[in-house]
Amino acid sequence: MSAIERLKGKRAEWRAAAEKVKDKPAKFGPDVDLSTFIDPAERPEVATLKSLDNQMREAALYAGVDADETYRSGSYFQVDHTPIYRKVQEAYEGQLEIMSTNEALEKYEWVQDLWWTAVPVDQDKYTAKAEMEHTGGYFIHVFPGQKIEKPIQACLLLAENNVSQNVHNMIVVDEGADCQIITGCTVNTKVEHGIHLGISEFFVRKNASMMFTMIHNWAESFDVRPRSGTIIEENATFINNYILMKPVRSIQMFPAAYLNGDNSRARFNTIISGKKDSYIDVGSKAVLKGKDTSAESIARTVGYDESQIYARGDLISYVNESKAHLDCRGMLFSDKAQIWAIPALAAVGAPQAELSHEAAISPIAEEEVEYLQTRGLTKDEAMSTITRGFLNIDIPGLPPVLKTYIDHVLDAADKEAL
Amino acid sequence: MLEIKNLSASIAGKPILDKVNLTINKGEIHALLGPNGSGKTTLLMVIMGMPRYEVTAGTITFQGKDITNATIDERARAGIGLAFQRPPVVRGVTTRQMVEICSGVKDEGKTMALAERLNLVPMLDRDINQGFSGGEAKRAEMLQLLAQNPDFAMFDEPESGVDLDNMAIVGGAMAEILETKEMRRTGDRNKAGLIVTHTGHILEFVNADFGHIFMHGSIVCNGNPRDLFAEIRENGYEECVRCNKCQQ
Ligand SMILES: Nc1ncnc2c1ncn2[C@@H]1O[C@H](COP(=O)(O)OP(=O)(O)O)[C@@H](O)[C@H]1O
Ligand SMILES: [Mg+2]
Repeated sequence: MSAIERLKGKRAEWRAAAEKVKDKPAKFGPDVDLSTFIDPAERPEVATLKSLDNQMREAALYAGVDADETYRSGSYFQVDHTPIYRKVQEAYEGQLEIMSTNEALEKYEWVQDLWWTAVPVDQDKYTAKAEMEHTGGYFIHVFPGQKIEKPIQACLLLAENNVSQNVHNMIVVDEGADCQIITGCTVNTKVEHGIHLGISEFFVRKNASMMFTMIHNWAESFDVRPRSGTIIEENATFINNYILMKPVRSIQMFPAAYLNGDNSRARFNTIISGKKDSYIDVGSKAVLKGKDTSAESIARTVGYDESQIYARGDLISYVNESKAHLDCRGMLFSDKAQIWAIPALAAVGAPQAELSHEAAISPIAEEEVEYLQTRGLTKDEAMSTITRGFLNIDIPGLPPVLKTYIDHVLDAADKEAL
Repeated sequence: MLEIKNLSASIAGKPILDKVNLTINKGEIHALLGPNGSGKTTLLMVIMGMPRYEVTAGTITFQGKDITNATIDERARAGIGLAFQRPPVVRGVTTRQMVEICSGVKDEGKTMALAERLNLVPMLDRDINQGFSGGEAKRAEMLQLLAQNPDFAMFDEPESGVDLDNMAIVGGAMAEILETKEMRRTGDRNKAGLIVTHTGHILEFVNADFGHIFMHGSIVCNGNPRDLFAEIRENGYEECVRCNKCQQ
């Protein structure tokens, strides 16, 4: 039986499971009516990212995806429902592969076997729709032992109004491999309304390491429901950076890292700026199952205008030799905004597990603003400098390319806010 | 350059400064001596325009302009600088950024050169004042004022918590900021300064032209700084109130 034949059977099973939850709302966040979206037109493939129109190139760049691929090892680009570009740079051929997940499912039975193993297909109506109307998503596979020093980039862009983009992504970093991935999820400027459902299943194999950085740039009437799970094997490292600086109607996600292998490590760095009437419910979850595992979750949130931010963080340990810490700080800049910091710790049958958290919501200290003013900054400039510094999470091991890029995103958002 | 007339100020409703009068001309370095709690820091904070302090009477004039109600940054941009007694930690803002803010430009070479002279290169990319020792914090204040290059610089107890080696570095920086190194005569200098000191030690590294004794929120005595210090070392501050031989 070919992989394509086999997939038919698998699909039927997944769809049956999805069907059962197609009306089940998510545990958190406002419920989105999924019946109103249209099917977008197919998009033509492109031979090079440079041939994309200006608007798309700019939107992608703002989300960290560079049409000039000099500083990237490979790229994936999807517009609405169509994967329009995937390429591994010549220097990296044989070290990794990039394709759409539709292609990967048809090609590899082992991909079918991993499908819906890091995220449950029957979680809620959003996972259900992503399965029943699966429209692409990236498949990135780094081969065993390969150290990919330039970042791999993936862009998921919405170009048309009223579309539901139902992507399902998979990254497999094979044994002993090492990579950084930049994903930009964004919209063309004319897009106001739509939804992005993004399933992401990541597998960091034994002794492997992955730094995953995701920038979200959505629109004011846009809803976003990502569902992510990462399985981390023995002695492997997973670092997840997430940045949201632009307004959105609602976003709800609670990505999970499963530290299954002994001596595995995970770290979440989350930077969120709530603008306008954004409803943002973003968490991170670390589930420690292997021995000598450690996890860290760091979140910085700022709330402007009428935004509502729920910053969740779960640390759950099932093993004695494990350590995890959560550091969640927020600042509110409007009397109509709200931030809820909701850390949760659980040790399950593991009396020696060490879990801790510090959560704080507090204003900028007057004294610090005044100090900067004595050096010549206006009060507003001083506040924005301190806020910008507050969002500047120190990420150990962050490659310079990524640092420059994160700085660029934060600076750009900063300028826009002024 | 700076003229303070009948200045009274309070903090949290509590009167601290009581009719202070002080004139500092271009080229002059003044030393303000006084016991703890007499209001020296309050005076500098009021001159700098810190909103926590409420001016209840009097005026402050700088370069001919009434700045009594100006904001902190307006004063800073007009040419007033302050080295803090206890500068705050600003998380997320590095020493390097502070230097760039002070000098108004991003000049990596200049920042590095200044940091080297003040032994602060390892601190450049750390958050300002975060975990700094007493000496490091004071040197970081000097680093910022050197970059800011104010016409009128105030130093609040620059020697407190600083060992002798550091005091020489801090004193050297002050002399440069105040132009007392090359230009020994007040008439040659374009800068002016006000140095608050409790112990007077720093005056061995930077020379002051005028001295004032500050007690209970006002200036009680004026004179040559060396003479005033000799007097205080011998008789203490309390004796100073009773004595009236130095009244000018
Ligand atoms: N924030 C404050 N609230 C109330 N009183 C204060 C505050 N800051 C200073 N003071 C009081 O003001 C007086 C003068 O303090 P300060 O100007 O720091 O004196 P000095 O610098 O001469 O030691 C002291 O009695 C001090 O306790
Ligand atoms: Mg003081």
